[in-house]
Amino acid sequence: MTLTHITITVNDLAETLDVPQNMTLLTMLREKLSLTGTKNGCTAGECGACTVLLNGEPVNSCMVLAAECDGADITTVEGLAREGKLSRVQEAIIKSGGVQCGFCTPGMLISASALLKRDPHPTEDEIRKAIVGNLCRCTGYVRIVDAIKEAAK
Amino acid sequence: MANMRSKEQTSSTIGASLPRNDVYEKVTGTATFTDDLQFGGKLLYARVKRSPYPHALVKKVDVTKAKALPGVKAVIVGADFPNKIGLYLKDKTILATDRVRFIGEPVAAVAAVSNEIAMKALELIDIEYEELEAIFDPEYGASPEAPLIHPDLGNYSWPNFIFPKPGTNIANHFKIQKGDIEAAWPKCTHIVEKTFRIPHIQHVPIETHVAIAQQDEKGKITLWASSQSPFAQRALIADALGISPTDIRVIAPFVGGGFGSKAGVTMEAIPVALATKCKGWPVKLILTREEEFFTNFVRQGLVIHVKVGCDKDGKLLALKNLMYWDGGGSTEYGVNVTRAGGYSSSGPYDIPNIRTDSICVYTNHPIGGAYRGFGMSELHTGLDQAMDELAEKAGLDKPEFLKLNGVKEGESLDTGMKMHAHGLNQCIDNVSKSLDWNGPRTPSSPCKLRGKGIAIAWKAPAMPPNAGSSAWVELAEDGHITIGLGGQEIGQGTFTVMAQMAAAALGVPYEHVRVAGPVDTQYSPYEWQTVASRLTWSMGNAIRAAAADARRQILDVVAEAWKENPEDLDIINGIVVSYKTENETSLKNIAVYGMPRENDQGWIGGPIIGRGNFMPTYVTGLDPETGQGTRSVVHYTVGCEGLDIEIDKNTGQITVLKAAAAFDVGHAINPTLVKSQIEGGFVQGLSSAMFEEIKLKQGVMTNPSFVDYRIATAPDVAFPLETPYVEVPQDDGPWGARGIGEHPMVPTIAALGNAIYDATKVRLPGPPFSAEKIYLAMLDAGMID
Repeated sequence: MTLTHITITVNDLAETLDVPQNMTLLTMLREKLSLTGTKNGCTAGECGACTVLLNGEPVNSCMVLAAECDGADITTVEGLAREGKLSRVQEAIIKSGGVQCGFCTPGMLISASALLKRDPHPTEDEIRKAIVGNLCRCTGYVRIVDAIKEAAK
Repeated sequence: MANMRSKEQTSSTIGASLPRNDVYEKVTGTATFTDDLQFGGKLLYARVKRSPYPHALVKKVDVTKAKALPGVKAVIVGADFPNKIGLYLKDKTILATDRVRFIGEPVAAVAAVSNEIAMKALELIDIEYEELEAIFDPEYGASPEAPLIHPDLGNYSWPNFIFPKPGTNIANHFKIQKGDIEAAWPKCTHIVEKTFRIPHIQHVPIETHVAIAQQDEKGKITLWASSQSPFAQRALIADALGISPTDIRVIAPFVGGGFGSKAGVTMEAIPVALATKCKGWPVKLILTREEEFFTNFVRQGLVIHVKVGCDKDGKLLALKNLMYWDGGGSTEYGVNVTRAGGYSSSGPYDIPNIRTDSICVYTNHPIGGAYRGFGMSELHTGLDQAMDELAEKAGLDKPEFLKLNGVKEGESLDTGMKMHAHGLNQCIDNVSKSLDWNGPRTPSSPCKLRGKGIAIAWKAPAMPPNAGSSAWVELAEDGHITIGLGGQEIGQGTFTVMAQMAAAALGVPYEHVRVAGPVDTQYSPYEWQTVASRLTWSMGNAIRAAAADARRQILDVVAEAWKENPEDLDIINGIVVSYKTENETSLKNIAVYGMPRENDQGWIGGPIIGRGNFMPTYVTGLDPETGQGTRSVVHYTVGCEGLDIEIDKNTGQITVLKAAAAFDVGHAINPTLVKSQIEGGFVQGLSSAMFEEIKLKQGVMTNPSFVDYRIATAPDVAFPLETPYVEVPQDDGPWGARGIGEHPMVPTIAALGNAIYDATKVRLPGPPFSAEKIYLAMLDAGMID
């Protein structure tokens, strides 16, 4: 398979990689960069566990080809905390009790961070819509929504 | 005063909503799940060749071409591993041998250097089948006309509390006969008779099943698995391979959701079997989402015929409960769901005359296994909707009817067991209050109908009578403690709760307790399985005993060194104190090296390890014909749920205005975790009530994706949910605690069904209660035109 040479910024670090043309951004993050915080729940863009920020926008990284990401800026869950300090959403979800098994958490945090960046004071409806693509089977979303509300205060 | 300090120490850890001890890792993406483990370039990828037929004889399997494909390291077929495997009824093999019994059943498997090569190898496997008549309906399956799915049933093995009927498709028949049902019917003023069909549903953890196996040159096997049952898995897989359980080491990292699907052995034996054919190579099998949907254990379907009767005052007199469970091609685990559905078939009601037949039937559907609730959601879906109509016939307000008929402490249950103390009535009151039960039912617009529904439920841990737990507690140099346990963190927060219990029982701050994880059967103490809502209670008792043992050792050492009586000493916040002499010393001063004797005359003590175990010893057998016995289960957790809803007359769409769920948890060790379990369970229950169904057509699952099998999303559950739990202590629970993991999804379908009925007078024959079905039913009933 032909390899594509890409330069990509992941969590503020520049990387140069040779990626197969059929490799997804998700596989690249997990297998090439060992950033296993981003999870694979369906490989079909349906569950949101693999959500990352691509140039500031939340995307299902299982639906994006790594080869298309030349020059892109990516943020994964590992990039949310800065210099050991958790982000407001991370702090808020710990406080609210919105984490159970933790498998949807990385994607959920990314979607929530993207929401708060584009709208610092969302309504509850807007919060729920922003995470509609992030499936959670444990929490019933109750404390996840609480956390995003809290982080928006 | 000093004693009061001690009491404060205990109460500050027990009953406190302390933060989870796994949460920092989980919010930073550093928590390790099974698929995150790195195995380097030697990793092999496994893929499975599956049956395309619901029922067929396997005439020939030819793997010659697959084996010859470059990059393929191992190909296995059923005949390579002929021993039976199964938790209760050993009725299946790792791969199908002579017959396939459901679509998706593994027939062969491949390990190759890449996923692509493994997929290609599957295409090169030639299998010749001879199709057989298939069974898709459990009632037909139980009839004498049905073809046999397991003609060799009589040669299988099973424990003495399972009752298969060789020569039929009945894998278990559990019976209750209490009182005189036939004599009771004429005395009933009101009788309701209903049939409900509850479809198969899937667990849907966001993390699909994944397992990696490796065999070393000496033959020892390591299995890394997303698992609720590391110890049961080593035992069952070893049994199937004809090796000893300790020849298999199971390492179980964090689990990305289980809900019962990762209990017992489902797909984990396949990579192990492959690994035995390519020693030294780690072999990884991860299910695709599609495979997760159609090949894994499901919540089996149920057809329930329920008949209930009461006297003129609404007091229950009789219950007849005939249940046909759609067990699937193998019922190795499902037979015990049938048993649980049988011995709990009265629900938390006091009923003097009962006849129950709970029948598990082989069908050519996916395999039924453990699913959060273990048969109770299905049972209560039938039972509590029938009760709802009986209450109406008797002219009683529903909460009043429930409180009149709810089982009381000391009353004899359907099995003859005496009910323990519990807070069911308080749960009913709490839910009624949350929903303002007698308050207005005015719809928000003329095109809407409004209704309120309520249902009660119970569930006991469903397990062998002697399922055990064990634990250790070790004191380290810094005075902090490490706890060893074998129960698994599947999101419920058990590692946190165990740390809280150990902290309280020993007398150290919660922050000074760490859990020896991941669970590893080579080092972790034995635990039966992380199922049945049993850990808080059972593993909690073991942890508490282990911490108490360590505490006793510590106090003995300090007492000897101080020449005091251990009874005068206490451990508070990691400091050993004497109430008598006011001496004190930090635990770090005695850990590992002990304490010096006076005048340099040697040392006392040494490294401290406390040990503890727990196993219920009091559960008795039940009579095979009547289901009667002294103690059918360890205990029941009871509760109540209700919903206030509106239904759009133009679309049938349900809008939940408010919901409430109250359960008697005995003692909430961590109130936030308790509430989180109730919230998550309620929403999973509501999702199953409104959306979920494995759509099976001739054995084919037609909706194996998140697009076609919808689960609740955040906008679906935009309503206030109150969880006013109740605490009536459990006599044998640690600090009075009992389990709450499964119960919150048990009464939900019935509660919603009752709310729909209240709003529309329409009773659907089974979930999911989709807008379409509600609309059409309202149309049929002439409510709308």
